[in-house]
Amino acid sequence: MVPTNYYVILSAILFGLGVFAFIFKRNVITIFMSIELMLNAVNLAFVAFSQALGKLDGQVFVLFVIVVAAAEAAVGLGVIILIARNRQTLNVERVDLLKL
Amino acid sequence: MTAPLVVFFVLAALAVIGAISLILQKHPIHSALSLIVVMVALAGLYLLMGAEFVAAVQIIVYGGAIMVLFVFVIMLLNAGVEEHTSLSKLAGPPGLLLVVALTAFVAATIAKSGASVQTAAQTGALSSTKGISEMVFKDFVYPFELTSFLILVAILGAVVLAQREKS
Repeated sequence: MVPTNYYVILSAILFGLGVFAFIFKRNVITIFMSIELMLNAVNLAFVAFSQALGKLDGQVFVLFVIVVAAAEAAVGLGVIILIARNRQTLNVERVDLLKL
Repeated sequence: MTAPLVVFFVLAALAVIGAISLILQKHPIHSALSLIVVMVALAGLYLLMGAEFVAAVQIIVYGGAIMVLFVFVIMLLNAGVEEHTSLSKLAGPPGLLLVVALTAFVAATIAKSGASVQTAAQTGALSSTKGISEMVFKDFVYPFELTSFLILVAILGAVVLAQREKS
């Protein structure tokens, strides 16, 4: 048996890498992918705790997270297409209408 | 070292390398392929934990549907190599420091709560898929129906956002 802590620490590392990518990347599509990476890290923690407790609630929640991620990807990529069409760029630094 | 532990470390290394590659790649399509590596490695970890249904859904929905959507959009928009503009002040070394602090904090906190979980009975083999289906259609039936509504709204939203306005 692999200890639950290993899974949880791996999940935290993946989440941290997702946050890092979110802060440092410039391309809006890559930033969106880093959000997916963070969701995946959370899913890993969910399944690890579900397995450790011997209950299936965590796995059911992972299914809901995946459904929400799919919905989010559909809407978010629509927004990205809109940004690319209206501003001819995918760089988030150039999408600064609300910036002073 | 037992066999599950070796498998865990191989898959964990694959996932972390994929995530680092996602950060280091300059072209979004390479980042997308790195993310697929992470997702497949996570599916392997789910299998290792005995959550075979979640592993299958992970491959089909994440590795298949969502990533295909990403690759489509990257090709549709002809996204090229990321151009380098100046970073904001917070996204430099302070940002890196904050990310490391956040990771350490999250790992410490949930690992501490994981230690108390460890004492609970670690039952190995649950009949995962049957149990999940019973939970989804009995205990979680209203949230489950709500997600179908959510998907419907997301489809409508995507169509409305992406259509060209008529001139």
